[in-house]
Amino acid sequence: MERNGKLPKIYLTAVFLVLYAPIFYLIFYSFNSGGTMSHFESFTWEHYAAVFEDKRLIIIVLNTVVVALLSALISTAIGVMGAITIHYMKNKAMRNAMLSMNSILMVSPDVIIGASFLILFTLVGIKLGFASVLLSHIAFSIPIVVIMVLPKLQEMSPTLIDAALDLGATRKEIMSRVILPFIKPGIFAGFFLALTYSLDDFAVTFFVTGNGFSTLSVEIYSMARTGVTLTINALSGLIFVITAGLILGYYFLTNRSKTPARGLKR
Amino acid sequence: MRDLKRMVRRMKTNRAGLRLSMVPYSLWILLFVIAPIGLIVYYSFFDLSGNFTFDNYKNFFTSVYLKLTVSSFWYAFLITFFSLLISYPTAYFLTKLKHKQLWLLLIIIPSWINLLLKTYAFIGLMGLYGPVNALLETVGIGKQQILFTDFSFVFVSVYIFIPFMILPIFNALDKLNPALIDASRDLGANAWTTFRRVIWPLTLNGVKSGIQVVFIPALSLFMITRLIAGNKVITLGTAIEQQFLVTQNWGMGSTIAVFLILFMVVILLLTTANERGMAGSGKKR
Repeated sequence: MERNGKLPKIYLTAVFLVLYAPIFYLIFYSFNSGGTMSHFESFTWEHYAAVFEDKRLIIIVLNTVVVALLSALISTAIGVMGAITIHYMKNKAMRNAMLSMNSILMVSPDVIIGASFLILFTLVGIKLGFASVLLSHIAFSIPIVVIMVLPKLQEMSPTLIDAALDLGATRKEIMSRVILPFIKPGIFAGFFLALTYSLDDFAVTFFVTGNGFSTLSVEIYSMARTGVTLTINALSGLIFVITAGLILGYYFLTNRSKTPARGLKR
Repeated sequence: MRDLKRMVRRMKTNRAGLRLSMVPYSLWILLFVIAPIGLIVYYSFFDLSGNFTFDNYKNFFTSVYLKLTVSSFWYAFLITFFSLLISYPTAYFLTKLKHKQLWLLLIIIPSWINLLLKTYAFIGLMGLYGPVNALLETVGIGKQQILFTDFSFVFVSVYIFIPFMILPIFNALDKLNPALIDASRDLGANAWTTFRRVIWPLTLNGVKSGIQVVFIPALSLFMITRLIAGNKVITLGTAIEQQFLVTQNWGMGSTIAVFLILFMVVILLLTTANERGMAGSGKKR
């Protein structure tokens, strides 16, 4: 690796450039007074002002965020329980059946999930809207959490639990002091993936959303036919700055507190 | 005596823990995995006016739908292949960086920006008056029609799936004990052999979960087929969406969905069988 020290840097730079190009392109034109995404006339903040005046748009953004956070939280909780259930299951056939069930929804194409949930909600009589969207997001996020948590459980040596039992730990203590701390990286990965899937989802939401409720993806899709205004560019600029800020802030906070915490745990 | 106590206690622990955590997850399986699939199968036997029929299945075996299936798989394969091709080295180089977790976050951040927004950005970027064409013109190649081609469809899809491919591969690579690589090099293997015989097999499970996370959604990209490929590429996903939301023919839509599910099960069986075999041989060794 030491020999070709430059290649990784060039490669990664290229990947990052492509990954961020569309986002910066959107943000660049959000400052355009010209009103289109092809000719930059002059600098303006007017599109950002327009975002805060557009009540409908703000409600849609809030919908999207609320659905993402709630569904990620609930699906992480259920998913962790599911992973633990599967991992400590004695009956092998049952275990494999559960694993396959888990994988089925995970590999199911969005369209099938959307279509089948649409039938389900229509039959059961759940009104298409916030409830149906939230339920579907929880449902399709659970298997992702299970998949992220299971490897951590497998990695964990069973002697850890034996040791805890020998030292007199109760069931609750084993869960909160041994198992959960050990699989924490998996839980976080699962939570973030669930959040990402929910924020990113268009297809499932498109199927199960009613007239009154809309998330950002569905709204932009319907806008794309009539033409998107630069207000959306400004909005994506805001979303980008906020999410990037939050994520990086969180990263640096946890990283700073990591060292003393580790020292204490020992 | 103490051992016995411990055993009894552990059995109790496991059983109680199981009972508690089993309920929500089992409910979820019942309501959102089994029930929906059952409903899809059930609806596939009904025509538009609600009569029991096998016509939907007969329809599926016409050349239109078979062609659709093949092209769907081909595009999904291309998308997965290129995602893997780009993601593996990216994940590998990322694990070599100093602040690798931070860089990984920076890879994930773009996937938090809404999918539709990014797609919309690509419409602008790749358009006839977009920056890509401007660049091509200054280089001397001249303007090209990039949007509404197979290339743009695959490119944008790969772009969208890369973070989901990188994450599991990164995790697998990160877990890899570097001593194994040192050992392999000490035993005289060159970089390529080390990769082929040590790194790749040990990260294969990460690659597999990456493929699973990319390949199947790639079959159902109906929105990108509309906006980027300009309806030129029709996937099974597009067909199902059309039957359900445009023609309102839930029967035919369900039938296509049934076949899609069957394909999924086959793929799933193939990959899990391999995984199990691998885990077994790994343990024995």
